[in-house]
Amino acid sequence: MSIPLFILVSVIKIALILFVLLTAVAYTVWLERKVVGHMQNRWGPTRVGPFGLLQPAADGVKFLFKEDLTPPHVYKPLYVAAPMIAVVFAVTSIAVIPFGNWLNIGKISTPFQITDVNIGLLIVLGITSMGVYGVALSGWSSNSKYSLLGGLRASAQMISYEIALGLSLVGVLILAGTFSLRGIVDAQAGHFWGFIPNWFIFRGGQIVAFFIYLTSAYAETNRIPFDLPEAETELVAGYHTEYSAMKFAMFFMAEYANMITVACLASLLFLGGWRGPVFGPDWLQQLLPLFWFVLRVFAFLFVYIWVRGTLPRFRYDQLMAFGWKFLLPLAIANLVVTSLVVALT
Amino acid sequence: MWNLVIESQSASLLGFKLQNYLITKLRNSFMLHLILFSVFGLICVAGAVNLLLQRHPINSALSLVVVMGSLAVEYLLLGAEFVAAIQVIVYAGAIMVLFVFVIMLLNAGEEEHSQGSHVAWLLGIPGVLAVTVIICWALVRSEGTAVALGVTPEASKAFGNAADISQLLFHQFLLPFEVTSILVLIAIMGAVVLAARPESDRREG
Repeated sequence: MSIPLFILVSVIKIALILFVLLTAVAYTVWLERKVVGHMQNRWGPTRVGPFGLLQPAADGVKFLFKEDLTPPHVYKPLYVAAPMIAVVFAVTSIAVIPFGNWLNIGKISTPFQITDVNIGLLIVLGITSMGVYGVALSGWSSNSKYSLLGGLRASAQMISYEIALGLSLVGVLILAGTFSLRGIVDAQAGHFWGFIPNWFIFRGGQIVAFFIYLTSAYAETNRIPFDLPEAETELVAGYHTEYSAMKFAMFFMAEYANMITVACLASLLFLGGWRGPVFGPDWLQQLLPLFWFVLRVFAFLFVYIWVRGTLPRFRYDQLMAFGWKFLLPLAIANLVVTSLVVALT
Repeated sequence: MWNLVIESQSASLLGFKLQNYLITKLRNSFMLHLILFSVFGLICVAGAVNLLLQRHPINSALSLVVVMGSLAVEYLLLGAEFVAAIQVIVYAGAIMVLFVFVIMLLNAGEEEHSQGSHVAWLLGIPGVLAVTVIICWALVRSEGTAVALGVTPEASKAFGNAADISQLLFHQFLLPFEVTSILVLIAIMGAVVLAARPESDRREG
């Protein structure tokens, strides 16, 4: 592939994936309102479009035309920068995530991924760890007590759970022997004992790692039961109390984009990525892996919403104790056991 | 353009070929590397200067984040991807967040600029100049420095990946590595002792 063609293909892929991601973010919000509504014996959005399907568009227009209020007491440069930081880092991490195998159109062949790097997993972790700044700075620059407390809670919580999250992934890395997300999915090919798929969740006690990952991911994305940074009953809205219109929407988008990234990572690392039965004509064979991947991500997002509809919020000291005294030792134990298993077999 | 592309090969083989082709193409374009390296070097220095000039601690902390980030890009340009990623995760993503956290917690305000002591002006600037000159001189004079330090060109080529670093860390430098971890443990214990209030205080509070 010549370099101009490569650049053209890359630009098309970036535009397409961004479009799909942002649409997915909007419709995850719709899905959440709908599912939680039904869980609470309500209908959720029904008025705009069939099943309320155009509600995200209506919300987007509303956000754009609302008055963008800046309170007089804020520290302006960081107040403006914080939502941008949050949304930029939340969206960027999608760049290294593979969605499927290779796509062949005519004579062009390209992977379902913006770029494949050999340290893909580390890049995702690095970029998402920078997302804390958006939350922390918005809390500080708003110059309000609720925001500051929300920002403090968020940064303490995200740093604490990042350790457990990172350690839970090391077991998978030991089994796969590579940082490349594509390589990790390739390492999960085939079956063992004839019928069980070779996914990491079934191998070497990694189901424990999956549990740790799932729990820390909820805390990392500030979701119920760990949504203390924005606990309505205590902090009004936490770190984004002072934000309105599109700036508020940016925090919202960042939260849901982070949820989708976390769901993609879980599917890639533990659930075999895009593996699944592939059949039919050539074009179907190319697109089916994509479908299996999206199905996993959807299932993960559904569990997210399900948990939100089920569990109450933790107390802050419970959250910290759970992270440091239970999840972290469990993650270290899992790491030791996995390395022993790998060393002995 | 379109007909240049193809040979009849399997998809993944073509992909690997494409990657290798691009990598060699980029390795050859030394100029691009040099330009990017200089740009991020300048950003790094500008961030460091801004760190000193800013009055508000949170702005200084954020400048330090910029320094860390541009250092990571420099590592990346030198071919050390693993070090670059760790630089971002550990320094920019964790340590600097703690800095910002502490500044937020203490609610530190703006600082006043002092004129600086005369000693700092008289000794500091010549000192900085002298150190810079010595480093430059050493680098220019002996191109063999890297070899003398045990970093051969072959080794530095493969330096970036995790396997080589762990080989160094867990074989050659195992003792320093373990001793450092004990040092960190001592520091944590010290922090806990300092932060924990004695029993008598706690009852009253």
